Amino acid sequence: MKKLINDPKNVVHEAVAGFGAAHPDLVRVSHDPNVIVRTDAPVAGKVGIVSGGGSGHEPLHGGFVGPGMLSAAVPGAVFTSPTPDPIVDATKAVDGGAGVLHIVKNYTGDVLNFETAADLVAAEGIEVRSVLVNDDVAVKDSLYTAGRRGVAGTVLVEKIAGAAAERGDNLAAVVAVAKKVISRVRTMGVALTPCVVPHAGEPSFSLADDEIEIGIGIHGEPGRERIRLEPADAIVDRLLEPILDDLPFVNGDNVLLMVNGMGGTPQVELYIVFRRAAEVLAEKGITITRSLVGNYTTSLEMQGASITVLKLDDELTGLWDAPVHTAALRWGR
Amino acid sequence: MGLGVGWAEAWIRHGADVIAEHRLELIILDRDIGDGDHGENMDRGFQAVLLELDGLPPEANPGDVFKLVATTLISTVGGAAGPLYGTAFLKGALAVAGASTLDGAALVALLTAARDGIVLRGKAESGDKTMVDAWTPAVDAAAAAAAGGADERAILLAAACAAEAGAVATEPLVARKGRASYLGERSAGYRDPGAQSSALLLRAAADAAARG
Repeated sequence: MKKLINDPKNVVHEAVAGFGAAHPDLVRVSHDPNVIVRTDAPVAGKVGIVSGGGSGHEPLHGGFVGPGMLSAAVPGAVFTSPTPDPIVDATKAVDGGAGVLHIVKNYTGDVLNFETAADLVAAEGIEVRSVLVNDDVAVKDSLYTAGRRGVAGTVLVEKIAGAAAERGDNLAAVVAVAKKVISRVRTMGVALTPCVVPHAGEPSFSLADDEIEIGIGIHGEPGRERIRLEPADAIVDRLLEPILDDLPFVNGDNVLLMVNGMGGTPQVELYIVFRRAAEVLAEKGITITRSLVGNYTTSLEMQGASITVLKLDDELTGLWDAPVHTAALRWGR
Repeated sequence: MGLGVGWAEAWIRHGADVIAEHRLELIILDRDIGDGDHGENMDRGFQAVLLELDGLPPEANPGDVFKLVATTLISTVGGAAGPLYGTAFLKGALAVAGASTLDGAALVALLTAARDGIVLRGKAESGDKTMVDAWTPAVDAAAAAAAGGADERAILLAAACAAEAGAVATEPLVARKGRASYLGERSAGYRDPGAQSSALLLRAAADAAARG
């Protein structure tokens, strides 16, 4: 397996250093442990927002640090949650006196480390609240698993909560907006190939040439079933149906449709996916009023995609449209 | 006469070596039903623990060793294993705080507190195909051995054997917690990597006592 890396041990450190060098206007980075913080943090009187998780999902989360979105991101080792220490450092760095929101993807490691960090920070007198993103509909039975996972819908939670913080909402209000997004966003993904974690050096799972995995999380870990490769339209239908049934999304809804690449699938294929998803939504009387297509929550070099649907209202649409200035999302200013 | 700080330090140093030796095995187990990082994370954490042990003050007791292990693992392992093992060692340290030597009852208290810490943090129950499935049989076996009058070495040996059997017994189970739970029925047929690393560490505890 060929990778454009140096020593596998230095992958995250070197990538974070490069990110800081590329975007000095947006972020400052520190190492040991790795933390990415907005250059203007802490912003006095505004709620700080911290997210984080294993590396390998770029641009999540570092690419979303900047005005209108995250205040700081905490990258762990590849596919491994960060430890509590850098989460504590990031939280302190962005506390402008109005408290800090942790946006946590529902993966056991992330949950445990963010919980521990929140306990430590609260003991120092900083007000911290957490929201758990669990947009992945592939996990059928939450009772017998660790629950639905936080996947690409996290980007929408971060954007919209970030806009609420930027306009000056207090911590309780930012939490309420974040929870509103979480309650209305659903995602499901597919993997066509596995990915290779740098320090492991081998594919993290195996898929035959003619097999795909339906319902993956953001590490390629399974959710529903392994099937034979099908045409794109059939795969889109398999992903979209459980999403629409789950909320449910119904005739008359306005939605944001996001087609997210897992890292190794070209844009040309993502737009084929978008085209079919748009057809299905139109047939059901659901109107796409906002859209996002590209690699936003990846799984290293995995081929595959996920579809995310967010039910919008005027408030969420306004917050989505609000200015954002980050490495990976930028508009309106 | 009990086990002192020499045993505690020998356990952890030997444990670090054992984890390093089994790094790839743990990675492969985790790749089967998880995300393939368990061996790497545990090895990174225990290598950091080795460095910290070099600075252990001479007057330290076993609880101090376990507390140092806890804080180091929490800071360096990441994933779910960091907080889980960190909490285990932290609760274990509290259970034996201040004692310069540990008798059979203290060892049972240590293991019980560690297991309870894992359950508290991870909210897993027996049979969920997690670390708990190694720790609970180990605690039960240690308590039974102590009740039967076994000495410290025999208590740790009983715990190690039960943990190993518990790890093996996770193979047919369907995971209900952690990353493997997303596989559902497909998680059956694989040994839980956290139960396996738990068994390795408890065997290291027994070996360190036997070498005494």
